[in-house]
Amino acid sequence: MATTIRKHRNVLPGFRLSLGYTILYLSLIVLIPLAATFLKTAELSFAEFWAVVTAPRVVASYKLTFGASLLGALINAVFGLLTAWVLVRYTFPGKKIVDALVDLPFALPTAVAGIALTAVYAGNGWIGSLLEPNGIKVAFTPLGVVVALTFIGLPFVVRTVQPVLQDLEAETEEAAASLGANRWQTFRKIILPAVWPALLTGFALAFARAVGEYGSVIFIAGNMPMVSEITPLIIITKLEQYDYTGATAVAVVMLVISFLLLLAINGLQWWSSHRHQASR
Amino acid sequence: MSGVTNISQYSRYNARVARSRATSEPAWIRWALIAVSLAFLTLFLFVPLAAVFTEAFRKGYEVYLNALIEPDALSAIKLTLIAAGIALPLNLVFGVSAAWAIAKFEFRGKSVLITLIDLPFAVSPVIAGLIYVLIFGLQGWFGEWMSAHDFKVIFAIPGIVLATIFVTFPFIARELIPLMQAQGKDEEEAGLVLGASGWQVFWKVTLPNIKWGLLYGIILTNARAMGEFGAVSVVSGHIRGLTNTMPLHVEILYNEYNYAAAFAVASLLALLALVTLALKSFIEWQTARQASDNEKLAEE
Repeated sequence: MATTIRKHRNVLPGFRLSLGYTILYLSLIVLIPLAATFLKTAELSFAEFWAVVTAPRVVASYKLTFGASLLGALINAVFGLLTAWVLVRYTFPGKKIVDALVDLPFALPTAVAGIALTAVYAGNGWIGSLLEPNGIKVAFTPLGVVVALTFIGLPFVVRTVQPVLQDLEAETEEAAASLGANRWQTFRKIILPAVWPALLTGFALAFARAVGEYGSVIFIAGNMPMVSEITPLIIITKLEQYDYTGATAVAVVMLVISFLLLLAINGLQWWSSHRHQASR
Repeated sequence: MSGVTNISQYSRYNARVARSRATSEPAWIRWALIAVSLAFLTLFLFVPLAAVFTEAFRKGYEVYLNALIEPDALSAIKLTLIAAGIALPLNLVFGVSAAWAIAKFEFRGKSVLITLIDLPFAVSPVIAGLIYVLIFGLQGWFGEWMSAHDFKVIFAIPGIVLATIFVTFPFIARELIPLMQAQGKDEEEAGLVLGASGWQVFWKVTLPNIKWGLLYGIILTNARAMGEFGAVSVVSGHIRGLTNTMPLHVEILYNEYNYAAAFAVASLLALLALVTLALKSFIEWQTARQASDNEKLAEE
């Protein structure tokens, strides 16, 4: 039996060892600790859980967190696509440096980003001092949260769209042009549909990252309850008051949403890569 | 979830397509688009980056230097190096082992396993800290046992290391899995047929093939490990000189309105980020060169 099943028997060694170690390490570091949040929340009755996660201050924080994340991801979708386009199609002095710096939000520690953005966008900062006389306050308002979350998500759209634009065949665009389409029509009918799955993936990645973000936001947000307090900060505040079950209940809500986002992103990436390969 | 692009995607990177007039835009549109894109990047990237260094040197060179060599800053730097120094090798072994199992063998539930490895990217850093408080904190599963044995994880260095491992967990595995899948296993099998042992094949065949991808994963892991704030903040307890990492030290100085010192320490971290980006570009350039060399060889 065994020999017929293993027709293409793999001769490489180390399968059991490597898979076993992978699963063990994954369980110890990630799965069991994450399960702890659900077990801790199970100490609450459903009514208690519901009361904690729908308290007005918590609901206000969801609105801010998801609203600002959505806005940041939208800004990134528009300007990220533009930036990817400019980096792939055009040449200009300093392009290589600009290309490398797009990844700065991945590499710069979030606390550093937070204090830098606050310094720049505060009333006496370089950009804040230009905006404030015109009645636009950024730092210590919900708008500041949007700025921080835009910064954090900036590389995602650029880096998912860039390779797709790179691989786009010139022939289809030439065909469109020879059939009489102008550049805008070619962009809308040929290029945009081709990059659409990648654009959506980048958008979802930026959104998911923004939802959980903490470090860059708390400095610029001002953290006023009901106004500029994000959900991760609610968890920290509850922890500092030793309200472990309350903190965990809110964390479970965020975890469930994050898992759903992860599944959606996996689906999008699958779609994107299949489209990408089919177009070659 | 990392959004980190795989280096394999960069392999066709420098092949520029010469474009005819029908498939390019008039010059004024080109320059307008470049200007809008650069304006956006300036507002959100370049100005904040410049601000870090300007603010750091605002009160002069001496204040800057003093902020870096005072004992609390030095102990924060030391703790940051310790945390990254433990998290990095552990995640390295895990990443290689996971990539070996996933890329070289077929088994059921593989895609589930890949998704689970990605989980830490989807989890808010604050929650990453919280989960260890729930297990090792005073009210946690092992809380009583640990306080009886005088062993501290939360508000101590082990907690900081654990949180750092969690947030950098997927980086190396994510980098290696697609790379090793693309390379297949023919070369390893040839090595075994020629009489090499499993370890010899790994050291002499696999490792040289994945070295750039591995290095890429290592520098990303290191950057995140040294810069992590949210997760570490939850488990650290912010004890000055004892459980403060560099990002936490920045926060404390900033909240004390000691801006020059806060930005001085922050400038070190920003410098680390710039070095990371430079190394990253270098590796991408190397792999692109290698890929085009291989293509030329294949054509000949």
